[in-house]
Amino acid sequence: MFSYYLRLAWISIIKHWGLSLVMVTAIGLGIGASMTTVTVNYLMSANPIPHKSKVLYNVQLDSWDVNEPANDDGSPPTQLTYRDATYLMSAKKAFRQNVQAQANSVIEPEGDGALPFMVSARANSADFFTMFDLPFIYGSGWDQSADDNKEQVVVLSNDINQRVFGGEDSVGKSIKIGGNYFKVVGVIDYWNPTPRFYDISTGAFNDSEEIFVPFSLIAEEKVNRSGNTNCWKSPGDGFQAFLNSECVWLQFWVELPNEQAREEYMSFLSAYVEEQKALGRFERPLNNRLNNVMEWLEQQQIVSDDAVMMMTMSFMFLVVCLLNTVGLLLAKFLGKAPEIGLRQALGASRRTLFAQYIIESGCIGIAGGILGLGFAWLGLQGIESLYGDMLKGLTGLDTTMIVSAIVLAIITSILAGLYPTWRACNVQPSQQLKSQ
Amino acid sequence: MQELGLIFRALLRNKVGALLISLQIALTLTIMVNAIFMMQERSTQMQRPSGLDEANLFHLNNTIFAQEYNQQVNLEDDLALLRQTDGVVDAIQINAIPISGGGWSMGLKTEPGVDTSSTGVAVYMVDDHAINTLGLELIAGENFSPTDIEWRPSGKSTWPAKTIISQAMAEALFPDDWQSAIGKTAYINNDEPMQITGIVKSLQAPWNGWDGVERSMLVPYKMESSGSRFMIRTEPGRRDELMPIIEKALSESNKGRIIRRVTTMDETRERSYRGHNAVNKILSSVIIVLTLITGFGIVGLAMFSINRRTKQIGTRRALGATQWQIMSFFMIENLMISSFGVILGVAGAIGLNIWLVNTFALSPINMNLVLFGVIALYIVGQIAVLYPARKAALISPATATRTA
Repeated sequence: MFSYYLRLAWISIIKHWGLSLVMVTAIGLGIGASMTTVTVNYLMSANPIPHKSKVLYNVQLDSWDVNEPANDDGSPPTQLTYRDATYLMSAKKAFRQNVQAQANSVIEPEGDGALPFMVSARANSADFFTMFDLPFIYGSGWDQSADDNKEQVVVLSNDINQRVFGGEDSVGKSIKIGGNYFKVVGVIDYWNPTPRFYDISTGAFNDSEEIFVPFSLIAEEKVNRSGNTNCWKSPGDGFQAFLNSECVWLQFWVELPNEQAREEYMSFLSAYVEEQKALGRFERPLNNRLNNVMEWLEQQQIVSDDAVMMMTMSFMFLVVCLLNTVGLLLAKFLGKAPEIGLRQALGASRRTLFAQYIIESGCIGIAGGILGLGFAWLGLQGIESLYGDMLKGLTGLDTTMIVSAIVLAIITSILAGLYPTWRACNVQPSQQLKSQ
Repeated sequence: MQELGLIFRALLRNKVGALLISLQIALTLTIMVNAIFMMQERSTQMQRPSGLDEANLFHLNNTIFAQEYNQQVNLEDDLALLRQTDGVVDAIQINAIPISGGGWSMGLKTEPGVDTSSTGVAVYMVDDHAINTLGLELIAGENFSPTDIEWRPSGKSTWPAKTIISQAMAEALFPDDWQSAIGKTAYINNDEPMQITGIVKSLQAPWNGWDGVERSMLVPYKMESSGSRFMIRTEPGRRDELMPIIEKALSESNKGRIIRRVTTMDETRERSYRGHNAVNKILSSVIIVLTLITGFGIVGLAMFSINRRTKQIGTRRALGATQWQIMSFFMIENLMISSFGVILGVAGAIGLNIWLVNTFALSPINMNLVLFGVIALYIVGQIAVLYPARKAALISPATATRTA
């Protein structure tokens, strides 16, 4: 029977091709628009490190001005001071911990005619690589002793390794960075978590860094720190004064394997802040935070207002398209009242009629869904061309999205078909036959 | 006029179809009005002048990596080279580029001390060529003199004795009489005094979304920094020709640094407002497509209701109704449907706006815009119903005599 209904649906759709085309286009546009915005929102709020997001925690301490909170909502600053971060590192109270800052430097490749070039760098401590699961092609990260001894070691991205060493295994070779020679200890494969959760302060959707160097070299001024810096108090003159200042510019992450470890770390942080209060720092009320990856992304509201507004509007748009489809289906099905009356008189049950018209609605829905996928793809291309690299990596359709688009299209079109179908099934055969 | 009652009663016999169209019109109005409003807000922001002679300006990054590098001597050499280049009007070293997104801000206050509140201001570290290079208009006081310019080593955190501020900053510090700012002292870092010696008409901060975007200050500093920027103003029309020449000249004059990101101010503006532009383009396509869909919906349903009423229409025609009377019947019917939709839509538009205001801190909607939306949708409705109504009017009176 199903294939018979399908054939009937096909005949009916072809017969009123104009009306069908308007319906399919309307559903397609509605699905396309909402899928485009849902995709952008979905990718913006994706989990960048699913297998570990629950055990990695960002640390916030409220070292801010007693007169004024760091953020309007009363939350502590998003980054740490050098004093606090280096203390937390040396205390080693977490299972793993790492401190990081953004930096930049210039690489001077060997050989004639090779021009020096700028690279973006991350100054981080040893656990960074294991905590965030960086994929190594050659070698590995450095160990704790390299941090402690301020060794000039570096981990390169695949791109930089290609550029400087032609892609060969460069572990053990040296490379001139910022006028100093660094020993390559590892090369990583492409690694670009989206959102870039480990440092939101310099852009949640920016590229990850090109080289990684020990954080302890920052204090040695072997790499130039950069990135977002906020001070509520003048740091004073000179780099040492800056390091001792109340300026926040460091990201601090810990890995805590279970709830108990989390609680213990929280009480360690409280004890530390209480200790500092005695020294005249941390004048604000106790306000430390430990957020796991998804809590952190949520708190930092990295999904832009524009994206949320667009998504709201696109869903309203979908509703308009569906109202449109309901109206047109109603018109179409009621236009067949004489035919329905005749079929009922010849013995068709309401259930058969219902099945037939629901299948017809579903077919229109599937067609609309497929068209909608096309529109969504176009929409994402359009968004990519409008935003350029601002939304890089946020405009791809994956299987989840394709399946959701089709399912959404079928469900919505069947919903849209319900009322018209019900009306069609309630046609009074006697009345219709009378007028024949 | 008694026709109105007739049309209304006829309409009530097909409530669902009419209701569906009304709801579509209502939602279309809701989305359209709010989308246009959001577009207007963005366009207004984009049209604010930066205060700079943008068409003839470009900037570049000067990144020093050599260990032995005399920053003071080389900076003077660079500036001399730039200023002597044929076609260059003037050039400066600057710490941040207006509307580029990244820069430095401080707070200024008129009374020293930690308890008084300060006003945020964007800081531009420049020398006495800044006003000429950027194309600023000095409206009070005077420019820095060459002797005002101090060297600022990296890591230094004190401030020089003088500053030139934008008019918006003067108004923020001295709300009663901004011109009185000249000669007054403002305090930075709570208690370090700086004398205001000049006011420029406008100069935007680096952050276009900041509510203090018009507030900025010029500080007489030459920076000893491994990463600084140069801003170069050319004679009108010579910018594009000079950019590669200057990039090459600077790169070759000293191998201890990298010249990169040679960028026009036009491009900086484009990048700065790319998100705004994108949202506006998306919103305008949404409005157009939405209106088309609603229009087609009206056409479809009107055609349907006319097909169903072919016989009645024929009968009316046979009884002497003119073509125009038939047409106006459907147009008036559409007006009634539209009116219901529009009433719902006005409520919806205001409702959505209230939600946007609460959720995203947008400003409340302008009622003229709502009125515009109402009129626009009436017109769309009338245009959409024109073709079906015309078809109805062409139904022959003879139809009345047929049975089907």
